[in-house]
Amino acid sequence: MIGVSTKNAASGDAISNKNQSAKDRKSTERVVHVRVLRQDGPGQASYWERHEIPYELNMNVISILQRIAQKSCTQDGRPVPPVAWDCNCLEEVCGSCTMVVNGRTRMACTSLVDALLVEDAQEIELRPMSKFPVVRDLVVDRRRVFHALKRVQAWIPIDGSFDQGPGPRISPDEQQDAYPLSTCMSCGCCLEACPQYTKIEIVKRPEETVEELGIRREAAFHREFMGAHAISQAMLFNNHPTGRMNAEERLSSLTSQGGIQMCGNAQNCVAVCPKSIPLTRSIARAGRAATVWAIKKLFDR
Amino acid sequence: MTHPRILVIGGGLAGLSASMRLAEAGADVDLISLVPVKRSHSVCAQGGINSVNSVTRQQGDSEWMHLDDTIYGGDFLQHQPPVKEMTDWGPRIIDLMDRLGVPFNRTPEGFRDHRRFGGTLYKRTAFAGATTGQQLLYALDEQVRRWEALGKIKKWEFWDFLEPVLDDSGRCRGAVCQDLVTMEIKAFPADAVILASGGCGLVFGRSTMSMVCTGGAVSRAYQHGAWYGNGEFIQVHPTAIPGADKLRLMSESARGEGGRVWVPRTPQDIRDPREIPESQRCYFLEERYPKYGNLVPRDIATREIFDICTNDGLSVEKDRLCVYLDLTHLSREMLDKKLGGILEIYEKFQGVDPRVVPMKIFPAVHYSMGGLWVDFQKSASGGLEEGSPRNQQTNIPGFYAIGECDYQYHGANRLGANSLLSCIFSGLFAAPGVLNSVASQPNRSAEEPARLFRSSVRRQEERHEALLARRGGKENPYALHQELGNLMTRTATVVRRNDQLAAAYDEVCQMEERWQHCSLSDTGNWTNQNVVFTKSLGDMFPLAKLILKGALLRDECRGAHYKPATSMPGIAATDPAGQRAEAAVWCDRFEANTKRWLKSTIAKADSHGNPNISYEEIDTSLIPPRPRLYGLVGGDVIEEVWKQRQANAHEAARQPALPPITGGVASDSIKGS
Repeated sequence: MIGVSTKNAASGDAISNKNQSAKDRKSTERVVHVRVLRQDGPGQASYWERHEIPYELNMNVISILQRIAQKSCTQDGRPVPPVAWDCNCLEEVCGSCTMVVNGRTRMACTSLVDALLVEDAQEIELRPMSKFPVVRDLVVDRRRVFHALKRVQAWIPIDGSFDQGPGPRISPDEQQDAYPLSTCMSCGCCLEACPQYTKIEIVKRPEETVEELGIRREAAFHREFMGAHAISQAMLFNNHPTGRMNAEERLSSLTSQGGIQMCGNAQNCVAVCPKSIPLTRSIARAGRAATVWAIKKLFDR
Repeated sequence: MTHPRILVIGGGLAGLSASMRLAEAGADVDLISLVPVKRSHSVCAQGGINSVNSVTRQQGDSEWMHLDDTIYGGDFLQHQPPVKEMTDWGPRIIDLMDRLGVPFNRTPEGFRDHRRFGGTLYKRTAFAGATTGQQLLYALDEQVRRWEALGKIKKWEFWDFLEPVLDDSGRCRGAVCQDLVTMEIKAFPADAVILASGGCGLVFGRSTMSMVCTGGAVSRAYQHGAWYGNGEFIQVHPTAIPGADKLRLMSESARGEGGRVWVPRTPQDIRDPREIPESQRCYFLEERYPKYGNLVPRDIATREIFDICTNDGLSVEKDRLCVYLDLTHLSREMLDKKLGGILEIYEKFQGVDPRVVPMKIFPAVHYSMGGLWVDFQKSASGGLEEGSPRNQQTNIPGFYAIGECDYQYHGANRLGANSLLSCIFSGLFAAPGVLNSVASQPNRSAEEPARLFRSSVRRQEERHEALLARRGGKENPYALHQELGNLMTRTATVVRRNDQLAAAYDEVCQMEERWQHCSLSDTGNWTNQNVVFTKSLGDMFPLAKLILKGALLRDECRGAHYKPATSMPGIAATDPAGQRAEAAVWCDRFEANTKRWLKSTIAKADSHGNPNISYEEIDTSLIPPRPRLYGLVGGDVIEEVWKQRQANAHEAARQPALPPITGGVASDSIKGS
């Protein structure tokens, strides 16, 4: 069976039919085959499940998952609970719906069915990200992504929110340089693709309270690689005229355990970033700044 | 006493700015959000944020003129003191966001750049590329993370608000919320609760809003006694990209750069649009509005596109209403230079190059002007009293609402680039009043007897368990949601007719009954999105009913609320005397309508969640109401007669002069995107 098949008339190339009118579409009942890697909860075994969804124009992976939820039964008619997944804006600005689609980490909202079927005409394969613990099905726990932003102090430590006049003047060039970095939506694609970024799954011990578990989890996050996105955010603030005033604190974080030295320069991060953020440029800049800072520190002793 | 503990529900611009301000003032904050706060719906705002600035000021602009544009754009349906305070705060808010590091676009000299938006003569809009909302939200997210690291703010992400907890005196003492991962239901004692949960677009099925915009939190507050204001005022944007999952915005600038809207004259012509000759195309906006063409005001463009598809049956597709927005006659170089960003969005989601093939677009529900009723305390200067516990407080003491989920700032129609301002403003401004309200209390909510919270938790646990236990019901919650969305979109968006509204109300009541027979396909108690969705669907019906009933009762046209049967056509006469006579009648009718309908609709839920509607007088103490005449035939004559009439009235009353009326009666009412 091919990914988009025509049940009645065996249409040879389903893809070429994509512009046919709604009326024609109805009469031929074309379907999309989807294979989802499911997992009922943390620590449980994962399993594959197949679904068959009527094809619609301009479908994306989100609408596939919506149809699966509505149908709630597998390809062979077995009732199953809906597949759990994260999403929100559906226009690739919120960073929620990251998953591994046809073997590639990307956003479900911009994964268009027509394009996916060109990649693989047989079926669409959905898997959760592998670098984060699975909560359920395609939902993963990405707290580590936000923890890394805390770690590198990705903010401007303002004196307070009362009026103090405008911020510093900034040249258009500086703004153009900063803006792409500031579009990072913490989706985690760069981390999923990074060979140096490995999964941390902390399992609750029987005697442990929720608070104790949280402390243990944060400590683990703190030891391991922070990832490209956090390095890039640190550089965003280190290049801002006010943010620069605390550059040394961020450089200190960047050069601590799990910092920039972990980067193996595989450059996968920049290749999978849905926002085309120049992550490797940020890493290179961070590396240079860290070296200069380390030397300066040596002489300042 | 310990620090006050405040519960903030929602982590968009409003919730984050309030949290930041509260933490700064020494309070401990619990911040609840359905999604990690960095993923809130505010990220979807593109255009920019309005405020008078040093350049426009030198061109004659002022905070007062921003106030006037906002009031005029909203068709006078909002209380004026809060809007005055907001526009006065505009420059300070932009400065603050600038200090937080928002990468606003810059002029060659390094100052913040501005662009002009609809509904104003001045370049008031500061912007950061085409993702201003995302950039503003990130700046506040960063500050909140900083306070989180300092231990003043605790985030509860993937948590849902279920109900406010009220003590015997009726004061809000906290809330009951649910963990969306473990499904645990837990009480959060709080000295005050601030709701910042955004709009309710999902009541209309698909909209330009994010998937969390179910209106669930607001509906639950309403069902527990909070009043809802102006629910029937829903902004519909004329051009969105229809999608199987969502309707995505297509900016007005596509038409600004020469885009043409058309449909084939043959219904559902199956030919490639490029092969349809000019003579067989209907450029309906250009034909019906020769003067403004494709750039008629938003509400008119929305109505015409809707009309040609639903009433004339000329939608491009049969199963999915849409018209062509055509840029293919324009040069690729120009398009890439001026519209690159938005064309890439279309291409990314539709898989079609809009430089080569005409885009297919249709209006979409975009913003809720209405929301929870909130109070304010007016100051001597006509704005708001800073620090008053009344500001942004709902009718439930200790329970506040800010951002899109309040009804306060946008009246009958929101001006583009004003929503980001109102969200940040209401968050920052509410915080000191909330703390003053807490300071007047004799004890902390954490000291309240545990049974107060236990009974609320138990009620919610029972509701949850009852839902999970339902067996054998035939209704599918997702299909029922689609049905509700289709009904609401058909009857309560662009064009409203009383017979349809009344019938829709009955249908919604029946759907609500059918909802009782929804059975779940997931009965587990771990990350059960099925039960969470079904619950939020159940809470959409009370909102749908108050929207429908408010619209049904409001027999007039105002801003986004359009009833053809009550519209006031322009002047038909061609001779000056006849025109003046007609204009006089028009003005009489306008005055009578103002007297009858210039009121906020207030919905109060009865014990079954049905709306009881009453009306609230509007504070128009700063700018007297005047007709909105954009594009109306004979508008200039009506304006002349109206001004004469006002002048005579002033003369007769011998009153001191009112503050200057700016903007002009017939000024542009186009809303920016």
